[in-house]
Order: sequence, then C-alpha cells, then structure tokens
Amino acid sequence: MTRSAATIARIETKENGAIHPASAAVVPFPDPTREPGRLLAMSREAGAIVVPPLIVLTLILLVWQIAASGPKATLPTPLRIWQDAKDLIVDPFFVIGPQDIGLGWRVLTSLQRVAIGFGLAAVVGVALGALVGQSLWAMRGLDPIFQVLRTVPPLAWLPISLAAFRDSAPSAIFVIFITAIWPVIINTAVGIRNIPQDYRNVARILRLNQAEYFWRIMVPAAAPYIFTGLRIGIGLSWLAIVAAEMLTGGVGIGFFIWDAWNSSRLSDIVVALVYIGVIGFVLDRLVALVGHFATRGVAAA
Amino acid sequence: MIAPVAPVSHTTPRAKPAGRPFLQIDGVSKSFVRGSMVSEVLSRIDLRIDQGEYVAIIGHSGCGKSTLLNIVAGLLEVTSGAVLLEDKEVNAPGPDRAVVFQNHSLLPWLTVYDNVRLAVDKVFSGAKSRKERHAWTMHNLELVQMAHAKDKRPMEISGGMKQRVGIARALAMEPKVLLLDEPFGALDALTRAHLQDSVMAIHQKLKNTVLMITHDVDEAVLLSDRIVMMTNGPAATIGEVLEVDLRRPRKRLELVDNATYIHARAGVLEFLYARHKAPTLQAAE
Repeated sequence: MTRSAATIARIETKENGAIHPASAAVVPFPDPTREPGRLLAMSREAGAIVVPPLIVLTLILLVWQIAASGPKATLPTPLRIWQDAKDLIVDPFFVIGPQDIGLGWRVLTSLQRVAIGFGLAAVVGVALGALVGQSLWAMRGLDPIFQVLRTVPPLAWLPISLAAFRDSAPSAIFVIFITAIWPVIINTAVGIRNIPQDYRNVARILRLNQAEYFWRIMVPAAAPYIFTGLRIGIGLSWLAIVAAEMLTGGVGIGFFIWDAWNSSRLSDIVVALVYIGVIGFVLDRLVALVGHFATRGVAAA
Repeated sequence: MIAPVAPVSHTTPRAKPAGRPFLQIDGVSKSFVRGSMVSEVLSRIDLRIDQGEYVAIIGHSGCGKSTLLNIVAGLLEVTSGAVLLEDKEVNAPGPDRAVVFQNHSLLPWLTVYDNVRLAVDKVFSGAKSRKERHAWTMHNLELVQMAHAKDKRPMEISGGMKQRVGIARALAMEPKVLLLDEPFGALDALTRAHLQDSVMAIHQKLKNTVLMITHDVDEAVLLSDRIVMMTNGPAATIGEVLEVDLRRPRKRLELVDNATYIHARAGVLEFLYARHKAPTLQAAE
C-alpha cells in the first residue's frame, strides 16, 4: 500500500521536474490518448489496494459500535472514543501542561528508550551471536542458557532489574534490551554457522585476519539472518515498552496507558493502542527496508 | 596396482627442465576419522610437477581427487607424507596456491570488480599502490574478458561468466600453482568449450603451473601436458600417468582426427572404464 503510493508520487514529481526546464523551450504535449489511460490504470491499482482494508475497517467499527451500544456495555463505542479523545486523535503534538501533551510527544519519548535498549541489544546480540556461531565450545556452553532465558516474559525481568540498578530509567532500558536480544543472538549464530565452507576457504586462501574475516565475510554472509533477528527484536522491544514504562513514569506512551487505566480513561487507552500498533508496524517495515538494502545480492544468492 | 608410466605418443618426448621439481607431492596419505571409524581416502600419492606444466587429475567421483587438490591447497592436512612447493613444505592455505572452485565461490555481496579487488588488495597490500592495484584488477578481468561486467554482482551474470571471474580472482593472486577444482563441471557443453579455450590461451600466455581436477576425458586430453589417472577409493592412489604429447597451441577442431589425441583419449577411457570401472555404488553420481 505505502510502496505503491510512494511510487506514484515519485513518478508524478519526475514528470513535473521534466516539464519545468522544458517549458522554457518546447512545451511537450501530453499524449491525449494514452496519458489518461495510464493514470486511470494506476489509480485503479491503488484503489484495489486501499479500498478493501477501508471497507473491512468500516465494518469492524460498525460492529463495535453496535456491540458496545447496549446498556450493560463495559467498553466505549468508537463514537464515544471520538468525543472523549478528539484532541488526542486530531493533534499528536499539542502541549498544554507538563502531563497534558499530545501522544506524538509520548511516542517520541518511548522511541528514544527503545532506540537505546534495542541499539544495545543489536550490538551485544550480534557480538554474542558471532561468538556462539563461531565457537563450538561457546555454543555448547551458552546455547542452553539462552534457550531458557529467552522464554522469560519482559514483565518478569522488572523486579530483578530494579533490584540491580536501583533506578527506574536504566531498569526500563534493561527490560527492552533483555527482551530484544535473544532473537538477535540466535539468528546471528545460525547465520554464521550457515556460512558456506567455500567462503571460509576463500578467506583462508587470501589469509584474511580475524578483523577482515569478521567484516568482509562473516557480517555480509550472515546479514540476512542478522536482519531477521533484528526485525523480530525491534518488534519485541516495542512490545516491552508498556512493561518498561510502568516503572519509569513520566511521558512515555506505555506510561500513558498505565496512567489512563488508573484514572479510568478507557477512550484514551484505545487511542494509545492504535498509536502503538501503527508505530510498531512502521518500525518493523523500517528494519525490513534497511535489511533489504543492506543484504542486496546476498539474500537471493 | 601402480602401473609404470606409459607414454602413448611415439614422437619425441617433451623437453623437460632439469633440476628439482617445482611442486612435489611426496607419499601423501589421507585418512578421515569419524568416531571409531577410520577411512583411508588417499594412499601414498607421489607426483612431481614441473614449473609451467599443466597436469590434470582424472578419476571416478569419490576417488579422492578433490581431497588431493585440497591438500595441495593447504585446506586439508595430510595424514602422512608432505607437499613441497619450491622445496618448502606447505601445510596452510595461501595465495601462492590459488584455487578456482567448482561452484566459483564468488562473494555474492561484492561486485565482480570487488571480488577480484579483495584478492588484489590482500595479496599486494604492500607491494602495489592503490592505482597499481586498480590497474592489476582490471588487467586480470580483461584477461578473462570480464571487464565489461565489472560492476555487476555475481547473481546477475551467467555460470560461465562467474567461473571466468573466479579464474581472474585466482590469477590476480599471481599464484605459483593454479589449482582448478573441476572448474567447468557445472557448465553446459558450449560454455565449457569456450572457457577451456580461454584457459588454454591464458596458460599459453602466462606459462603458469596448473593442477586441474576433472572427470571429463576430452578436457583432460585437450588441456594437459600430463594426465594423472587415479584408482578408485577407498585408499585411492595414482594408477597411471599419461603424457599428452601434442604441440601447443592446440586447436580443438584440428585434434578431432589427430592420432596422438585419439590414442591418448583411448588410453584414459580404457583406464577408467575397463581396468578401473566405477563401483556400482558410486556409479550413480
């Protein structure tokens, strides 16, 4: 959906750009028979992608509206949410008071925490994954421990990290870190174990040293796996944000939900959930996009 | 088991440079140990190769010819015996024994140019300036007629072209011995013939020492000065060595009815299919 829209936009700007310098000399006539046909086909294609989700979304909202309209309904209807939380929906970046700000600001604060936690997890995860993938001894020693620890849910890390750090800010980042790191380690290790013997042989014949081998062979060869791990990792770290921000308080989107629950603002919670979902989707696509460019040539080989 | 060297040709034998052999494989045996099982793959291989000589090793699949090549490359260690290059024992891989692998082994994330440049940068980091390394990379790509595709990635070019780049990468290391591990095995017949001609032309020009693994009789006869025929494993060894006394440059078409060529070809076929037939288990390759 997003991609085709972007393509259309790019084609249009290209055409505009081409027309501008040309207008000084010769004005190119648009082909009257073909141009509208192409535009029509393009808009039809875009419509085929955009229309179905819109219809389904409308249906869901309709069913929700009817289901939550009864006298005993516990949850607000979509219309009610619109009335209650219109300011949150319409303007993500308003600032009224220190605790009364738009959800956009809150999301940015949360993203900053995720960036630190996930960034650390990516660096440490790739390094540990490389170790486990390279050394049989390290794999036998560490793999069972990783397999057990990775099943521990984010919330369960809270008390222990609080006890260890004695401060909420680093504890929150630690929770994101410890949630995101496992898929990065495991996928990196698998990627490195799967480096074809031929590449290792090439490296041996060229007598690449450890650092050269790491950067020239290991990282690019394992890149598709590493990015799979990073993509799962960013998803998990975004999942952990609510748990992490129950600790820190302040302005994060996770804390906003916790706070809204404590003051029974159900409509605000629903809006925040949509925000979290959309941002999570964008993060996932962002990592996938970076991976797509970083692994050019390797993934298809 | 070991038959005496039987020169097939009746013309004058090739003049050989006197002195010590350039590459010497000295009583090399190789066993693989898996648990309590010990399987001997190669048994007492002796071979001397002169500088500039083109030697092919032929045998049925599973006879350990690739193992032998990997030992010369230093990728595998000998169980007993030794490989000597210019009187120095080799037991680790190095650019002086560059390998062209059967499946090309180009790094898919690098362009054709960068694949060769990586080798050039590594081997000549001290000896050549940046500009010289670029020129040397391009020179080798031109040698295999691949300069036009220098910015392509391996997945964007055909199998034959990949193998050409693999050869360019190996040649760019200026190896003392060029090791070819069934370099044309994965190619179709026409591409293969084309590439064989290229390798012959390059060998003619650079006079490099080549050790080639193959299971193609025509290829062995066409390209080599000597054909080393291996017996079947386990414990494979050299069964016979055949001198191919054909003048160079050799032309594929002119050799079709050349008596020496036909004789050599028959000799190899006879060895492979009459005296050392592939065991039924290995016949299904």
